[in-house]
Amino acid sequence: MVPTSHYLIISGAIFAIGAVGVLTRRNALIILMCVELMLNSVNLSLIALSRQWNNLGGQVFVFMIMAAAAAEVAVGLAILISHMRHTDTANIDEFRLLKW
Amino acid sequence: MSASLVFFIVVAAVSLTSALGVVTSRWPIHSALFMLVNFITLAVFYVTLGAQFLAAAQVIIYAGGIVILILFVVMLIGSEKIGGPSGHRLWTPYAGVALGVLMLATMLYTFASSLLGEPGTADAIEAGHPKAVGMALFTQYILPIEMAAVLLLVALIGALLLARQPKAGS
Amino acid sequence: MFDLAWLIILLPAAGVLINLFFGPKLGDRRVGYMASAAVALSFLVAAWLALRLWGLPADEQVHTVTLWEWITVGSFRVAAALLIDPLSLTMALVVTGVGALIHVYSVAYMEHDEHYQRFFLYLNFFIFAMLILVLSDSFLGMFVGWEGVGLASFLLIGFWFDRRDDSYGYYADAGKKAFLVNRIGDFGMIVAMIAIWSAAGSLAFTDVFEAAEHGAFTAGAATFVCLLLLLAAAGKSAQIPLFVWLPDAMAGPTPVSALIHAATMVTAGIYMIARTHVLWHIAENAALTAAWIGALTALFAASLALVQTDLKKILAYSTISQLGYMMLGVGVGAYGAAIFMLVAHAFYKALLFLAAGSVMHALDGELDIRKMGGLRHKMPATFRTFLIGAVSLAGIPPLAGFFAKDAVLLGALAHQPLVYVVGLFTALLTAIYSFRAVFVPFFGQPRDRHLYDHAHESPSLMTVPLWILAALTIFGGLLNLPFVLSLEKWLQPALGAHDAPGLVIELIALTLGILIAGFGFVIAYAWHIANEQWPRRLASSVESLQPALQNKWYVDDFYFERIVLPLRRFAGWLATAVDQKLIDGTVNGIGRITVSAGDRVRKLENGVIPSYALAIVLGVVVLAAYFVFSI
Repeated sequence: MVPTSHYLIISGAIFAIGAVGVLTRRNALIILMCVELMLNSVNLSLIALSRQWNNLGGQVFVFMIMAAAAAEVAVGLAILISHMRHTDTANIDEFRLLKW
Repeated sequence: MSASLVFFIVVAAVSLTSALGVVTSRWPIHSALFMLVNFITLAVFYVTLGAQFLAAAQVIIYAGGIVILILFVVMLIGSEKIGGPSGHRLWTPYAGVALGVLMLATMLYTFASSLLGEPGTADAIEAGHPKAVGMALFTQYILPIEMAAVLLLVALIGALLLARQPKAGS
Repeated sequence: MFDLAWLIILLPAAGVLINLFFGPKLGDRRVGYMASAAVALSFLVAAWLALRLWGLPADEQVHTVTLWEWITVGSFRVAAALLIDPLSLTMALVVTGVGALIHVYSVAYMEHDEHYQRFFLYLNFFIFAMLILVLSDSFLGMFVGWEGVGLASFLLIGFWFDRRDDSYGYYADAGKKAFLVNRIGDFGMIVAMIAIWSAAGSLAFTDVFEAAEHGAFTAGAATFVCLLLLLAAAGKSAQIPLFVWLPDAMAGPTPVSALIHAATMVTAGIYMIARTHVLWHIAENAALTAAWIGALTALFAASLALVQTDLKKILAYSTISQLGYMMLGVGVGAYGAAIFMLVAHAFYKALLFLAAGSVMHALDGELDIRKMGGLRHKMPATFRTFLIGAVSLAGIPPLAGFFAKDAVLLGALAHQPLVYVVGLFTALLTAIYSFRAVFVPFFGQPRDRHLYDHAHESPSLMTVPLWILAALTIFGGLLNLPFVLSLEKWLQPALGAHDAPGLVIELIALTLGILIAGFGFVIAYAWHIANEQWPRRLASSVESLQPALQNKWYVDDFYFERIVLPLRRFAGWLATAVDQKLIDGTVNGIGRITVSAGDRVRKLENGVIPSYALAIVLGVVVLAAYFVFSI
């Protein structure tokens, strides 16, 4: 069997890649996708550890995360669409309304 | 070098490549498709880990739901080419990459230094069976289920309201 | 019935309040009458109490009237109480009696002044404070009055605070000078009170003196206390080195000069020393110091009075000189004699000042005697009363001044002969300047025709008090004739046993006194009336002293250069280097740091989303690193 640590390494790698994507890219959609990547990496890690310790709670939690991620994507996209209607751009550098 | 390890390495390679593809693609549509590949590889991982139900859920929800949704939005708002980096962001990419590397190194250090031992028994594989998961969900974890249901409802309504066309003259 | 003693103090206070609240309604004249009546009533109460006290045997003549418990802090207790005994009633009688006469005089004198009511307000307040001073039964109570009269003096000297002239400078500055110089003395008083309380455990006179008699004060402690009290008295009674404020104080209205700077406030120091005689008996060195300071002040001031051309300044220096005599008296232990001189001096000095005021009133404010002359024809009443005062000042028998000065010099001759010599020589100078002050303005040819034609006698509201004071001056000697010593006997319960020097010493003192006074008269007469040469030749022999005399022995200049200027420079340095740069800089600096820090921190809230994301990821990495590498 593949040791759990391998799965955890993959999970960490995907998480790091997703984080870099969030920080680096300027298109809001792509950032959203990178966030999804990060969430999925955590799912992988949880399932691996659930198998490790024989605790079903990990898998249940993953299920919850999936539900939350789905909700978040839906709402996030809706916000993005609504914003684009007003400003016609998805470049997050242009999202300046929070500026003091 | 057992067969499962080889299989694992192949799938892992695809997974990492597709993740990099998501991050580095020029067009959002390419990113979306790379993401789809990544989700499928993750589903494969879940199967090898014995979480069959979740693997199925992964494909259904993520690949079949979220990616479709993203694709719709990409089509809707059009993918524009974002111009060159703005003034103060010259250093941000480098900072981002540096942080990612740092993060990865930290995690690798942790995982490598405490190599976790053999995984559990065959029972564990059974535990990922839909029936087992379902039983757990609807007895022990019934409250989170209900809350998730409420969350989804709220998200549904919220998304509806947010994405509505603004009334003419309002 | 002595419980009603507080009426003495209350009546002038009531005068202040009525003036304050109903003054404008009553109008000027009535305010003046009301104020005078308040003081006169106070005098009557004091007189009645004195009469009752006189009827009692000597050991029952000391009463303490407690009004209320004033301060109680732990073991420090001071009651607001009055001490009614011969000494305090004598002082009260002088203050209210002479005070009432001066109030009446002022009704006419200040007639044309636009701040008429404020003047009586301050005058009444002064009487109130002075009575607190002389009637209090404790050091602290006396100090309250002490400060009060200092305040009243400041207010009254600078009464015309918007005026200035070449002789006095800014009148307001004169008031300030008086207050500041007095403050130095007050410091001495406060430290003395602390020392007294730590030695005796109380500040009430009776307690302290009883403790002193039982040995609570070592000679050293008593000397320390008495020297500080001497400092306080030097400030209030214008002795060396704190006399410089009194000549400048002549910038105030003349009734003020008469009341405060001749008859009453300046005598507070003498009263205080007489009251604390028990301590001075223990501290003999301090007493000797006091006697010498008194003698030297008397000589010093008399020398300056000889060359003044301002009529009031002659009288001011004369006051300093006469106070020197009183200080000499208490220094040698002749307390009763000193108080007698205090009383007599109050009569004739107030008389002289009021008469000078009358002259000023007639000559439209002129004070330079070189512009006067022959006034005796134009102002007979003023002339005669002034003459009586001057004769008394010079010490010619049988007026009060002669007996008073004789009593003091007798004490000096009996205990400290060297001091007596100085005192005797000063008596000569006193006689000379007294008659100079009579001869120059009132005799001879008028030097300023215009002023002379303008002159007229003063109204009766002014001349009647003059005559009353003149009568007191003429018959005041009866208060304490040699060998009879009525006043000194009356004061015994307060001042202890009186001196009884032998017959021989008494006769020597009397004879020398008369001779010296007569000689002084002769010199003055020869100089100013007969216009003979020998006095001028006598004066030119001490020609070298002339510039020093003209410049007031350079004392004011010395103080200014060595004390005032360095203090001012120090204050200026404190104001800029310490206050502005250090303190303000620190406070403002904190403000500026806060603002600039806020400015910089504000940049974090830039609304740029990627930077927020960066911050979050950075936080995660830091936390992860912390947990991984330190656990």
